[in-house]
Amino acid sequence: MVKSKSAYSSPTKLGKLDTHIIVVWVDNEASVLSRVVGLFSGRGYNIESLAVAEVDHKKNLSRITVVTIGTPQVIEQIMLQLKKLVPVHKVGNFKREDKNVIFKEMALLKIVANSNKIKKALNTCKKYNPVILDQTNKSIVIQITALRREIDNMIKNLKLLGLVSASRTGAVAMTRGAEIFN
Amino acid sequence: MAKLYSGAEIVFKCLEDQKVEHIFGYPGGAVLPIYDELKNHPSVKHILVRHEQGAGHAAEGYARSTGKPGVVLVTSGPGATNVVTALTDAYMDSVPLVCISGQVPTHLIGTDAFQECDTTGITRPCTKHNWLVKDINDLPRIIHEAFEVATTGRPGPVLVDIPKDIQFAKAKYFKLKKEKKLKAKSPNKFNQKDIDQLVDLMKKASKPVFYTGGGVINSGPKASELLRELVFLTGFPITSTLQGLGAYPGDDNQFLGMLGMHGTYEANNAMHDCDLLINIGARFDDRITGKIDEFSPKSKKVHIDIDPSSINKIVKVDLSIVGDVSDVIKSITKNIKKKNLNLVKSNKQKISKWWQQIQKWRKKQSLNFINSDTVIKPQHAVQRLYELTKNQDTFITTEVGQHQMWAAQHYKFNKPNRWMTSGGLGTMGYGLPAAVGVQVAHPKKLVIDIAGEASILMTMQEISTAVQYNLPIKIFILNNQYMGMVRQWQELLHEKNYSESYSEALPDFVKLAEAYGCVGIRAKNTDELDEKIEEMINTDKPVIFDCHVDQAENCYPMIPSGKPHNQMLLGPKDQEEKKITRKGKALV
Repeated sequence: MVKSKSAYSSPTKLGKLDTHIIVVWVDNEASVLSRVVGLFSGRGYNIESLAVAEVDHKKNLSRITVVTIGTPQVIEQIMLQLKKLVPVHKVGNFKREDKNVIFKEMALLKIVANSNKIKKALNTCKKYNPVILDQTNKSIVIQITALRREIDNMIKNLKLLGLVSASRTGAVAMTRGAEIFN
Repeated sequence: MAKLYSGAEIVFKCLEDQKVEHIFGYPGGAVLPIYDELKNHPSVKHILVRHEQGAGHAAEGYARSTGKPGVVLVTSGPGATNVVTALTDAYMDSVPLVCISGQVPTHLIGTDAFQECDTTGITRPCTKHNWLVKDINDLPRIIHEAFEVATTGRPGPVLVDIPKDIQFAKAKYFKLKKEKKLKAKSPNKFNQKDIDQLVDLMKKASKPVFYTGGGVINSGPKASELLRELVFLTGFPITSTLQGLGAYPGDDNQFLGMLGMHGTYEANNAMHDCDLLINIGARFDDRITGKIDEFSPKSKKVHIDIDPSSINKIVKVDLSIVGDVSDVIKSITKNIKKKNLNLVKSNKQKISKWWQQIQKWRKKQSLNFINSDTVIKPQHAVQRLYELTKNQDTFITTEVGQHQMWAAQHYKFNKPNRWMTSGGLGTMGYGLPAAVGVQVAHPKKLVIDIAGEASILMTMQEISTAVQYNLPIKIFILNNQYMGMVRQWQELLHEKNYSESYSEALPDFVKLAEAYGCVGIRAKNTDELDEKIEEMINTDKPVIFDCHVDQAENCYPMIPSGKPHNQMLLGPKDQEEKKITRKGKALV
């Protein structure tokens, strides 16, 4: 064994990594987003995507949806640390594989190409509720809603068909059925 | 119509309502309206420090020795950035601090104005919460909320940033409301089932150990009394973290001494071999656990903590009990007394073998050192200091390094709130200002900062504060002319390459003391030590005691990095006896 020269222990084996969607209800006040994001960066957690907006103007509540990757311990820590923040009301945690939860992300895709390719591009998007937001004879802006991975794939495929710009919202989540998360 | 008060007046009205008696601070442009108001509020005494870091540490010492929150008042920009170290220190060691900082006027925020900095941005990761007051009407609510956040749950520092125009602006004042919202609810999230389960584990255990920490101190003096009762009732051995010292009497037979990197042989081996580990208000810090994979491998682990995020953060536990330590211990004791009256008897027999094993470990006398007739050994100096001060109620603060560990090993604490040290952050320069804060809170008590000559130079200026307010603190410097802990690591791990760890060009501490207007005492050999210590204790003025100690002394026992508890490195005596010097070195 190599002799350790550190005053700290060496890292131990990492656990299994899972993708989780963390939903945080917060007071919509100055710097609340930076508190949440700072917690992630300060403690070395990942942020894969982030979506945030006010959801209840009267109660002054915002909803933050963070997609993160971590071991079960790290995910548990994220939850507990978030709950300690003063402006945080509640925290939800969903596994990506959870069948009872809907995850959706929206993307705007701009394609600059001839009409043939544009047609093909639209066809490729068919599965993901495409809405044409703008069209000229050499360009098109398509809105799609899909899963994160699906949009990843779409972007890869559409590159060949003239995709020049993509803008994505980051995932948002909602439970299925009549139940609401408490 | 209700009377209108200026922002500065509101600050003091809040402080008065919160029964704040002392604030530690340093004036500057952006807090002048608050300083102007100071004269109208005689119940709030201001202690002028010499550097804002000193204000922070003094407030920490004040808070740790009283259980009340420490209050700090600093100006914008450099005032705020200077206090960051103290805030981080308080955050790591869960010390309640309320820091009020001035800020440039609202309309100048973001323009890089003179002495402007993003105070709330800079202090966000090192406070429990912070506020930038943008509307005067929010000010009373925010300050009261700040005190509540700082003192409830797991205590910690908070900061309120008040722009200068808000300090001038006028608003109504609202007294603090008793019924509070959201987070004020009880921290206790355990139920009877958890307690039953714990008592059941305690009944079954044959090698149990209590591992207690700063949470017991933070829970108030009552928690320490309850802990003593519980430990006595069960007959279990108990060990403590650095921050927990004093919660249980250090000279009691059931106490195994401190555990961790420089803990005793018996405490660490008990942690490693136990079958039930009951953590009360400690956080499995990496200086405690050593190698996580091999940490206490055979034990059921129970964690009692007020902070849910401490649980399973580092060590996975079998049973977690989230709640205030006092309340939890009370429930446990009640449960034992009620249903398990025979637990004590049956247990004593069951764990008698365990105690025999512990006695064997104790025989190693791991804190022993080879004393000398001529040169003063630092351990000997701490022992003598303890013997000569133990008959009075003494408060000890420390800096960070070897002297800190020797103080923790050889000074025995019998009461909580008597031991102030920077554990989590390890801030050199903590002890002198902390002693100032302690002495402010306890003007008649003996307050000693056990220091190193390198640490003390980091916040030396605060001796001036002590002189100004007639605070007779005693600075007991174990002077080995080295950053001792750095030197020790370099000796053991970096082939004795003592890179930059020699304290070159040291001041003459006796002359320095005289220059500051306090008393300087020097001890160079063992014969004169006791007499000089007595002289220090009997001097009713701040004293700098320059104690020249053995330069080469290392702090043992020690768990080398990345090793588990049962692979400790013992002192030179043991190494000689066993002739394993070489092997012992390879262990490192």
